[in-house]
Amino acid sequence: MLPPQRTARPGGAERRVTRQLSELTIGQKRAIWAWAFLALPVVFYIAIRFYPTAEALRASFTNWNIVGRMQFIGGDNYARLAQDPAFWNVIGNTFAYLGLGVPISMLLSFVVAYHLDRVRFGHGLLRALYFVPHLTTAVAMAWVWRWFYQPPPVGAFNVWLTGLGIAQMPFLRSTTQALPAVLAPAIWAGIGFQIVIFLAGLKAVPRTYYEAAAIDGAGAWRVLFEITLPSLRPTIVFLVVTSSIAYLRIFDYVYAMTNGQGGPLDSTKPLVLMIFETAFKHFEMGYAATQTVVLFAILLVISLVQLKLLRSR
Amino acid sequence: MTTKIGRTGFWLAAILATALSWTGAARAQVEIEYWQYTFAQRVTAIDTLIKQFEAANPGIKVKHTHVPYDDFRVKIAAAIPAGQGPDVVQLFYGWLQDYLKAGLLQPLPAKDFSAVEIEREYFPIVQQMKVDGKYYALPTAVRSLALFWNKTLFKEAGLDPERPPATLDELVDYAKKLTKRSPNGDLIQAGLTIDMGGQDHHWLREVLVRQFGGAPYSSNNKTVAYNTSAGVNATQWYIDLAAKQKVGQIGFLTDGVTAFRSGKAGMTIDGSFRLGALDGQKGLEYGVAELPSYNGVKANFASYWVNGITTKATGPKLDASVKFLKFITTPEAMELWMNTVGELPARRSVAEKDANKNHAKYGPFIRGLTYSYATDFVNETAQRKVFIDMVDKVALKNVPTKDAVAQAAAEEQKLLDGFYNK
Amino acid sequence: MVIPFAYMLGASFKLNNEIYELSLLPREPTLDNYRRLFERSGFPRWFGNSLLVGTLVTASVLFFDSLVGYTLAKFRFRGRYVVFVAILSTLMIPTEMLVLPWYAMAKTFGWLDTYWGIAFPGLMTGFGTFLMKQFFEGVPDELLDAARLDGLNEFQVWWHVAMPLVTPALSALAIFTFLGNWTAFLWPLIAITDRNLYTLPVGLASFSGEFQTEWEMVMTGASVATIPTILVFLLLQRYIIRGITLSGLKA
Repeated sequence: MLPPQRTARPGGAERRVTRQLSELTIGQKRAIWAWAFLALPVVFYIAIRFYPTAEALRASFTNWNIVGRMQFIGGDNYARLAQDPAFWNVIGNTFAYLGLGVPISMLLSFVVAYHLDRVRFGHGLLRALYFVPHLTTAVAMAWVWRWFYQPPPVGAFNVWLTGLGIAQMPFLRSTTQALPAVLAPAIWAGIGFQIVIFLAGLKAVPRTYYEAAAIDGAGAWRVLFEITLPSLRPTIVFLVVTSSIAYLRIFDYVYAMTNGQGGPLDSTKPLVLMIFETAFKHFEMGYAATQTVVLFAILLVISLVQLKLLRSR
Repeated sequence: MTTKIGRTGFWLAAILATALSWTGAARAQVEIEYWQYTFAQRVTAIDTLIKQFEAANPGIKVKHTHVPYDDFRVKIAAAIPAGQGPDVVQLFYGWLQDYLKAGLLQPLPAKDFSAVEIEREYFPIVQQMKVDGKYYALPTAVRSLALFWNKTLFKEAGLDPERPPATLDELVDYAKKLTKRSPNGDLIQAGLTIDMGGQDHHWLREVLVRQFGGAPYSSNNKTVAYNTSAGVNATQWYIDLAAKQKVGQIGFLTDGVTAFRSGKAGMTIDGSFRLGALDGQKGLEYGVAELPSYNGVKANFASYWVNGITTKATGPKLDASVKFLKFITTPEAMELWMNTVGELPARRSVAEKDANKNHAKYGPFIRGLTYSYATDFVNETAQRKVFIDMVDKVALKNVPTKDAVAQAAAEEQKLLDGFYNK
Repeated sequence: MVIPFAYMLGASFKLNNEIYELSLLPREPTLDNYRRLFERSGFPRWFGNSLLVGTLVTASVLFFDSLVGYTLAKFRFRGRYVVFVAILSTLMIPTEMLVLPWYAMAKTFGWLDTYWGIAFPGLMTGFGTFLMKQFFEGVPDELLDAARLDGLNEFQVWWHVAMPLVTPALSALAIFTFLGNWTAFLWPLIAITDRNLYTLPVGLASFSGEFQTEWEMVMTGASVATIPTILVFLLLQRYIIRGITLSGLKA
């Protein structure tokens, strides 16, 4: 009697690989796909963003001035920054832009998007009109707004105020009013962006939810707070984080409206303007790098905190 | 045997000939780059000069690049460390220290640009381009300040449109007559523009301070010297123009140039570079006069853009750059420059020709050059800001003038110290 | 909302003696500024350059940012959060600091004075990735699983099933990427010396001088510059509307 026949099987090594592949869980296979998708982007981000950032971090510990040797000076730049009252003033301004800009712009843009969503006629045109400010260069718009802020009889705002019997405002010529005055066109230009994102988010809310609410007889406010806003959570998170970053990095409008000064008396100067001056007017690259590292740290912390807060609820 | 030598000889000759022609070709094509900021008339002037230069120097080609003003320095800051950029570069005289610190310029070869000759030929202010006994750059043209006045508004105010004020007291007097306000007291026409961000800080620094009996800096330029009663008085006089005499307002129509161009200001202190723009302004009839004197003292501020040779230029490019720089600083080049750009010749012989000295528009500027000073800036932007802030402190924060001047002096001294003690 | 923009437009039709008046409309309207813009400056070229680079970058961003956003939203794997935060953190680095290393990089590879040189830093963005991730999170997993059961591989699932569901976000991203590129100034200025390759903002900046700015030209240039962006916007906003129909089909 012969021993039972064995069915043919693949050779040793192949058998191992096939077993390995088939033993991979779906999860692991997906992970491979994920990394395949991410491969090129990761290389890109490292080369274009992270490597230069590392360079900047390194530069922040030196006294480099574009040409000539980079001399390592340890934490001297950081100490100098911490002791500079101009720096703290700039930090204060930057956070003021954040604290005023984000809530106001989010509120305004949501209100507009909400109502725009319900409009039937001329939807496209209206939307385009709100977006137009966002499309125009800061320099051109800043020039126009500067004229609006002039004292009467030239400045439209003051003419309007005095017409209502209110005293005229110095606006750009006041150390207290200048920052909000510069912020206004930035908000005006920025809400177009937020409106469009909100609209995209509003459109993505399933109609079935609204229909169900209508059947339940829920009023407009309840619908807003219990259906619309929660559905918009990812959109809101996105907008809060990106707007915060944008306002913390404000530059174009300040530069254009204050002749690059950040005045009067540095009352409108944000951190990015300080970086720009240090790097390209004083050519102190090492010190500018230090300021950038600080900016980066602020942005990172704020974003992480916001992400945590807005998602855990 | 003969064939072999013949053949070898032929090849040797061929190689030799090719080699010679190559070096010949190499010699015939040196290309250097010239960079300046974008200013239509200067671009035209340089293009013309380049054409003439290339015709006279067939082995050299000059590539002309111009960059928008706002980012001229950014571009240079990025290019030179990367080994790109110009061989001959334009820079503002006030940036010399920055450029030297950043290692961007090399000294002009003494045999081609002798210090003795420069000092004999050029206006004294050019001597600031000499550091440690070597010259680093030379100007083709210089600018100074003058008083511009609007003839139409003079006529309307009952003033003789051909007779500008000659002293500071007359200036205030005229300005008062030229100021117009609305029934609410709002300024609708300024007698004199008040704009520290414009040329006024030069006017205060080099002119007014001296006219009130002081000096802005010590003789070696390393110490601030305007924190004296003379300096305070000069500053107070300037501030009073808006505060007490009420002949102008900071920020009126956004800035002084705009106010004057739009015909809403009777007079303004500005530089010769303004001539082109004003000539192009439709409907504006204006005149130019030397700056008003005070206490018999006349002073002026001059500034100039210079051309230097960068550290990038070596060997044949250096030679070509030297030739080019020499060419654009000849008297002929300066005459061409004046007629094309409207800036004043940097060589005295050219500027002080009668035709130029008595010119209706250039004359006052040229005459002003004989008593001008060019501030030895270590950081023009920052030093200008010190003055802007000084005046803003008094106007917006009610800081007493004396204190504001003292603070400004301290801030500026810090800038100077920071630079010289490196 | 539109008033400041209207002033800019109005100013573009004014000659320089009226430019400082506050009127909305010029007394003597003129096409002179437009003529100067198109004939004597390099405006048409700058316009074309901006268009080319803008399209290239927008296409790249739409592709890569969606792919990465999708991966981060719909795949579970070790290091997912780290990758997300890392990409997000790139938003926080101001361009001003990256510009010099980019310049050195571009010079080494010979990318200066090329279209590629202007485009390369912007080919993928943390902003777009973040946006797409948020929107992909709203795509139901059941649809994706159904597609996988149908035998589609992961790439096909993304391209054929997931992408059509996020068209509102894609439109928004396209608009903003195009716009961001259209108005980008600092990097194109540094990367390009050849005037023929100037993008629009860099070209327009040449109207600003040391002491003066030809405002009427700036206004005119800015006015013309907004036209393509308005067009792109009007074109793409229809896709946002389409999004409603698609999401309605989900139930």
